[in-house]
Amino acid sequence: MTGEAGTISLPTLTTRGRVTQARVVRSEWTKLATLRSTRWSLFVAVLLTIGLPLLFAAVTSSHWGSMSPQERANRHPLDIALAGVNLSQLAIGVLGVLVITGEYSTGMIRASLTAVPKRLPMLWAKAAVFAVTTFVLMLPAVFIAFFGSQAILSHHDILQISLSHPGVTRTIVGGAVYLMLLGIFTLALGTIVRNTAGAIAVFAAIFFVIPPLLNILPTSWNNAISPYLPDAAGRSVFSLTHGSHSLGPGSGLALFVGYCALALAIAAVVLLRRDA
Amino acid sequence: MIEANGLTKDYGSKRAVDGLTFTVRPGVVTGFLGPNGSGKSTTMRLVLGLDAPTAGDVRVNGKHYRDHAAPLHEVGALLEARSVHTGRSAYNHLLALAQTHGLPRRRVDELIDLVGLHDVARKRAGQFSLGMGQRLGIAAALLGDPHTVMLDEPVNGLDPEGIQWVRHLLKELAAEGRAVFVSSHLMSEMALTADHLIVIGRGRLIADTSVEELVRTASGNVVLVRSPQAEALRDRIVSDGVSVVSNAPGLLEVHGLPADRIGEIAAAHGIVLHELTPQQVSLEQAFMDMTRDQLEFRTGELVTADAA
Repeated sequence: MTGEAGTISLPTLTTRGRVTQARVVRSEWTKLATLRSTRWSLFVAVLLTIGLPLLFAAVTSSHWGSMSPQERANRHPLDIALAGVNLSQLAIGVLGVLVITGEYSTGMIRASLTAVPKRLPMLWAKAAVFAVTTFVLMLPAVFIAFFGSQAILSHHDILQISLSHPGVTRTIVGGAVYLMLLGIFTLALGTIVRNTAGAIAVFAAIFFVIPPLLNILPTSWNNAISPYLPDAAGRSVFSLTHGSHSLGPGSGLALFVGYCALALAIAAVVLLRRDA
Repeated sequence: MIEANGLTKDYGSKRAVDGLTFTVRPGVVTGFLGPNGSGKSTTMRLVLGLDAPTAGDVRVNGKHYRDHAAPLHEVGALLEARSVHTGRSAYNHLLALAQTHGLPRRRVDELIDLVGLHDVARKRAGQFSLGMGQRLGIAAALLGDPHTVMLDEPVNGLDPEGIQWVRHLLKELAAEGRAVFVSSHLMSEMALTADHLIVIGRGRLIADTSVEELVRTASGNVVLVRSPQAEALRDRIVSDGVSVVSNAPGLLEVHGLPADRIGEIAAAHGIVLHELTPQQVSLEQAFMDMTRDQLEFRTGELVTADAA
């Protein structure tokens, strides 16, 4: 400390830094890791991704004897293994929104944008940190769910499937990829809407409300539109079988990545243009 | 150093900041004074580039805030609205900000000690009292050892000891050669800390002056006179540009004539004086008068515009 006794003095800073994308990524990692709500949401997402398939496998196994041949034929081991993704997408989607709207609701965004006034490095860093975190957690989770459910179903030869079976590994990895991309999509939604409740409502509308509504349309219309919605495009990333009215895994992934890129681009433009 | 030039900001049809031009110089504490809602906070948001100006321009240390490679070294800011995630601890909040500039953890510890938050640094900021929140905000502002320090109502919510601490800190920061820009809606607070004052009302600049100059101008020529022959004196001094108000028998308040002239006139006419006191208005009063004038002026202007 410099200055005379009795006075308050700000310690001088010996090293002077500058803002870089890598440093902003580090900062965003600290932000993500130091919130109790984030840790809980991610924990719940992992729990659902693993727990639900194990539960379904156990129920299927115990009821196998009383199931009709028709019912048995409808059971697919990968549907069971990836059942958790359908539920954990809620946790990941909501968390993606909160990563940014939590800053708006608390006022933290003002501090963030004062430290990084060029703004876009913060958005890229948030997207990268959240995407990598989600993927790193979800990839082991979907494999644990696969092996775990296969172990529970080991007495039923018809429900056994190998990782080397065509498309199986791709589909399982696809579950983690889907969740990662969904997180980026809802982060972009949160940046555009800036309000937690509003962004979650838009997320729910796009992924859970609009798709079933399309069943009201004439079948030919429905078949022409439905496969191209974000929800269906994303789903085809982690589906083993693809019907005549759904996209293949490659084009589904490309389309879903396209939706994410579009949402992120809109988010970038509004983040730059609007008053914080 | 902050340089605003014709700075203007509209929110919808409301003009929050209206053609502000001023300079905040290094080495002194510049008080930014105005009633609540006069545009102080908006001006500070414009300085930081959080909001974009409708017209005009503001630069810090020669550049737009956004164009600085290391903005936290240029300006340290405490905004009036809370800017902390309530779920994160004070330590992690500061750490996340420090990391954007590659500052070490040691720096975060230094600032936490400086503002006296050592015992609560690991507590979530949402549990902080208003005063603790202000201290955390000040720590964030000083993290980058900035050339310019900008604080919006820093003593809000602080206890008397905390207020003293902030006053000392501001003076110390200015003495170290930094530009210190601090807002308040309380003239009395500014009188104790500021060397220079920028006064605004309804987003417009009212005064850009030193504290002494402001009091002198605002006081005008008001002299209190007590005399047993008050009526006689009144008749002798009332003229063009001089007005006299009498609030009690034998007591005159003379506007527009200095005390020495009143004394000479009284002597020339053999009038006995019991008291002859030039009045100095308080800073508070000066501020009230100024901002009231501003409001009346605005209203008058609108009426004229309508009539035209």
